Amino acid sequence: MLKLRELASTIRSKNAGVDHLTFDVIFRDRAAFERVKASAALSPEAICALYRIPRERLTHHCAFEPAQAIKFTIRRLAPSGSPGETDVFGAQQYAPLFEVEVP
Amino acid sequence: MKPFTIACPTGHLAFTPLEKASFLEGCRQRPDAIVADAGSCDIGPRPLGADRHVSLEAHQRHDLEIMLLEARRLGVPMIVGSASDTGTDRGVDQFVRLIAEIAAEHRLAPFKLVAIHSEQKVADLLARLARGARIVGLDGRPDADAETLRRTDRVVAVMNAEPIRRALREGAEVVIAGRASDCALFAAPLLEAGFSPAIAYYTGKLMECASFCCEPFMGKETILGTVEGESVTVRAMHPEQRCTPASLASHAMYERTDPFREQVAGGWIDMSGCRYEQVDAKATRASGAVFHATAQLAVKLEGAGRVGERRLAIVGVRDPQTIARIDQAIAWARGKVAERFGPEGRAYRLFHHLFGRNAVMKELDPNPPAAPHELGVVVEAVHPEAKIAEEIAALAARNLFYARLPGTKGTAGAAALMSDEILVGEPGYEWTLNHVIEVEDMMELVRIHHRVIDGRGGEGR
Repeated sequence: MLKLRELASTIRSKNAGVDHLTFDVIFRDRAAFERVKASAALSPEAICALYRIPRERLTHHCAFEPAQAIKFTIRRLAPSGSPGETDVFGAQQYAPLFEVEVP
Repeated sequence: MKPFTIACPTGHLAFTPLEKASFLEGCRQRPDAIVADAGSCDIGPRPLGADRHVSLEAHQRHDLEIMLLEARRLGVPMIVGSASDTGTDRGVDQFVRLIAEIAAEHRLAPFKLVAIHSEQKVADLLARLARGARIVGLDGRPDADAETLRRTDRVVAVMNAEPIRRALREGAEVVIAGRASDCALFAAPLLEAGFSPAIAYYTGKLMECASFCCEPFMGKETILGTVEGESVTVRAMHPEQRCTPASLASHAMYERTDPFREQVAGGWIDMSGCRYEQVDAKATRASGAVFHATAQLAVKLEGAGRVGERRLAIVGVRDPQTIARIDQAIAWARGKVAERFGPEGRAYRLFHHLFGRNAVMKELDPNPPAAPHELGVVVEAVHPEAKIAEEIAALAARNLFYARLPGTKGTAGAAALMSDEILVGEPGYEWTLNHVIEVEDMMELVRIHHRVIDGRGGEGR
């Protein structure tokens, strides 16, 4: 088992418009990308379990071959910057991905 | 068709100042246009709702001055969109004023400036609604009704390339545009030069954030994009940066829900077949985008409305027994607020942000610590009236100090007050509109104004 942070070169989150948070996990190493894709470590089900969200909040999920990346998008509960906001840019929502275990 | 080169020095003009050296290097290679976007909805709803810029005017002047002097020296168009962070009429007018001031300071020869306003009046949208127009919700939002519009203070329409193309056709040497799709700013001169919508909009998508599409990570450095036929070659200008297939493709999916699709008013770009090839050490060529025109023109509207006055207080907790029962302490404090103002909801909003537990990620945090060493509690209260927002914040913070937790040993105060002050926050706003409106023609939603700017004296039409 390796942790995702040992395999990915970039793990980031950011607003995608005002109603969504999008996450990019980018691999510099082709083998690492293939290994994570082949595992269920970042499957839609695994992401929903990690972030403890119902499946309908995960609005997009795909492998993006040109960048050797896995990308997914979660719908926000309130639009960015509404009262109660603590991450206006959505830039710090990726931390739990670091510890994801990849078989 | 001749190749066409665009220089882009910044992904958000003046959010921090652009780096001059790589921009001048880019301009030595004689680009055909200089393009930058100056706004974003990323900065939250307050700048639009309150109609204020967040970039400092000193930085706006800095960036516009550097770009204008090079554009005039080269004799090529300068295109700036989403002026002054919001792209409201205020932002366009402010940038026009700055351009005129800079021209006068440098005694620039006369040039033609075209300003494009795209702010919408709420009353006009209400009238369109009454006439049967649909304002269709994006990203799962319901359609906007009159109530949604009445909660909205400011609205901008996000223009495609058409108004900017018209400005260029009418001889614009400087274009200052209101809210625009970032990629439309780049697409406009390319479409005017005869390139296809596919490569024009795709080039904009790749270039809009300047050096963010290169590696290693650097902001505010210039890139050049040279379009030939149906491909674009993107080149880093900073000596230490490279544009690689990996860096360019990674950027193609940045800040978007779907990496294969870019929507603009009137169509969308399909990027699922795009290819990225290294040209030399500093440049990558991209190709393969397909443009699909849509039958109905649907223009995006962004709107923000004021929710209320905001007051804040900061409280610390160190007692491990209190930390273990912080939810009970907060429930106590919220109960005291509810005794005076009723339950939280439409009347007022109240938040206890628990820094040290899960303030940053809230419900998305998979494992907030049960027993952090200390907790920082930021109390945030929002109410239409400032005095009441202040009272709610005071009750919600000070009642943590007085929280009644059975068996507590610290009977002189259950929390540490950083000070006993209630901090005055900026008013709270929310995004009320993330919608599209169906129109016959983009020009229905914009107003175009021509001016001749003469830095040596007279000014007129």
